[in-house]
Amino acid sequence: MLKKALIGAVALTALTAAQAQAQYSDSKIKIGVLTDLSGTYSDLAGKGAIVAAQMAVEDFGGKVNGVPVEIVSADHQNKADIASSIARKWYDAEQVDAIAELVTTAAAIAVREVSKEKGKIDLVSGAASTALTNAKCSPTGFHWTYDTAALANGTANAVVKNGGKSWYFLTADYAFGHDLQAQTERVVKANGGEIKGAVRHPFPNSDFSSFLLQAQASGAQIIGLANAGADTINAIKQAKEFGITQGGQSLAGMLVFITDVHSLGLETAQGMMMTTGYYWNRDDETRAWSKRWSAKMDGKMPSMVHAGTYSSVMHYLKALAAAKTDDGMKVADQMRALPIKDVSGFAINGKIRADGRMVHDMYLAQVKKPADSKGAWDYYNIVRTIPGDDAYQPLADSKCDLVKK
Amino acid sequence: MMTLFGIPTAALFGQLLLGLINGAFYAVLSLGLALIFGLLNIINFSHGAQYMMGAFVAWLGLTYMGANYWVALALAPLVVAAIGIVLERTMLSRLYKLDHLYGLLLTFGLALIIEGIFRQLYGISGIPYAVPKELAGGWNLGFMYLPIYRAWVVIASLVLCVGTWLLIEKTKLGAYLRAATENPALVQAMGINVPIMITLTYGFGVALAAFAGVLAAPIYSVNPLMGSNLIIVVFAVVVIGGMGSIMGSIVTGFMLGLLEGLTKVIYPEAASTVIFMVMVVVLLIKPAGLFGKGA
Repeated sequence: MLKKALIGAVALTALTAAQAQAQYSDSKIKIGVLTDLSGTYSDLAGKGAIVAAQMAVEDFGGKVNGVPVEIVSADHQNKADIASSIARKWYDAEQVDAIAELVTTAAAIAVREVSKEKGKIDLVSGAASTALTNAKCSPTGFHWTYDTAALANGTANAVVKNGGKSWYFLTADYAFGHDLQAQTERVVKANGGEIKGAVRHPFPNSDFSSFLLQAQASGAQIIGLANAGADTINAIKQAKEFGITQGGQSLAGMLVFITDVHSLGLETAQGMMMTTGYYWNRDDETRAWSKRWSAKMDGKMPSMVHAGTYSSVMHYLKALAAAKTDDGMKVADQMRALPIKDVSGFAINGKIRADGRMVHDMYLAQVKKPADSKGAWDYYNIVRTIPGDDAYQPLADSKCDLVKK
Repeated sequence: MMTLFGIPTAALFGQLLLGLINGAFYAVLSLGLALIFGLLNIINFSHGAQYMMGAFVAWLGLTYMGANYWVALALAPLVVAAIGIVLERTMLSRLYKLDHLYGLLLTFGLALIIEGIFRQLYGISGIPYAVPKELAGGWNLGFMYLPIYRAWVVIASLVLCVGTWLLIEKTKLGAYLRAATENPALVQAMGINVPIMITLTYGFGVALAAFAGVLAAPIYSVNPLMGSNLIIVVFAVVVIGGMGSIMGSIVTGFMLGLLEGLTKVIYPEAASTVIFMVMVVVLLIKPAGLFGKGA
């Protein structure tokens, strides 16, 4: 009797497995989180992004139509060659269905090429360049969290309208810095502002005093920081030291993450304007999600990249369930069709365009004065919500060949 | 307005002064390296990590013990030197008779481990450390605004460098040290405890790195990679100055700081490479370095 039951059970399991196989190859969904686990961007992305992806899987119930979902992760060290070889290995030998996070533009583009070739999904969160939805767009590629156009439209617009007409740039001397400067210049000029000049500094760079003095001598009202991470932190810190801000000039950090503000301290960072795709303390929903994330991350609070990774993985899982297959093209179609909504409070009014851009509301934030901060990580006042369509590059301007003209 | 290299002279003065300030860091760090190489024959690749530890000890002291900047300036070098001495006694001392390469690999490995530990504990973005109240603010010099803290960095470094040079060139202890560098066996035979001298020299070299770390904490972001960003340049400084030459490393440190400062104005894109171009030229023309004693 027992033996019969056992055989029955085994047969039943085999049958369900076979059924699952018909829909999802190798009866398993595998999502790779490919990020910077040791370098400059490991705080704003890194381990926190893996935790966010795992939370998405847990919140979804760990299974898609009965098929288990697994998260794997690796460190691409911000290098394009390492990123693309891991992506190849994952797709070819380890049955990975999609790759998420992908900070650093060069690494994201390298993975984009591989994903496009294999017809697999990529969910870019950390990388900034608009190239991902222009020349490098893909039918199975998505750019989720923010990009250089949204940053420039948000911050530069607000600053110029507040009277910051003349600009001087400190630009990190690599593709991302150049792109961010160009996007910002476009917005400044469109609003009637003036570019006084720019200096390209080596990346990475620790001493900014020389460049700051050149910016000071230019007489520009606004010193635009077209850089990121430690470079931005050092530049802001030293601008205060050299009396730049007391002298009447203001800084505009074009890409500032909450982890940077935490590192600077409110005393130094107060008053600074920036554009962000997410702020944990914005409403009850964002607070609830962020506190759950925080409990797994020693009390830190999530950056927009972390929340974006959660949101993109969650949406991917929903599309997988709706498509009933893991075929990249079909899942991508579902991703475009389904409404984007999840408990992180990310992606308000979110929608995916033909070029792969996930357009959603962005926020213009100002760093609080130390006295106004009510506790750890309470850093921003949200000055304004920027509707997604105003923040991102208009679809008509996209150079992506998937956009019908 | 008068110009030089197409730049107003006033602006140029400002840039040269800034170069001097950066040179001060190069000088203190390369001095420590030169000392260690001179006596121990060890290319101390963990120097950058020890500089970073100096900054972190300052921050830890402030956060958990309320020790202010001035206490940190005295305490951090001692703490980091003590750790350095333990490393020297337990590991480095086994390598003196081997090729330089072994010491380089060991200290490089140690640097990676130390940085990894700090990265694991404190993340990568860095930690704020305020300029001490006594040194906050700045002077308007007419051609530039000079933060008082930066002036203090130059003065402190100069005093430290000159002090170290005097100690080594003009005192009895320094004479023993130089003798031990030339011929340790003979000096040992004269009844001087050479191993202890070696250990203390390593400790002193490490203390210099930690001191520079404390000096740097209020200026740069205190983060686990702050040393590895700097150490390669400092090695270039030591090579240009001549391995093991004390005065050479001090003078070269300040000189290259100035040169880098000039480059940042004339052609900023090359600022991170100019020192290495000088290194190539110096190695081709004078392989032992500008102040070296021949190969």
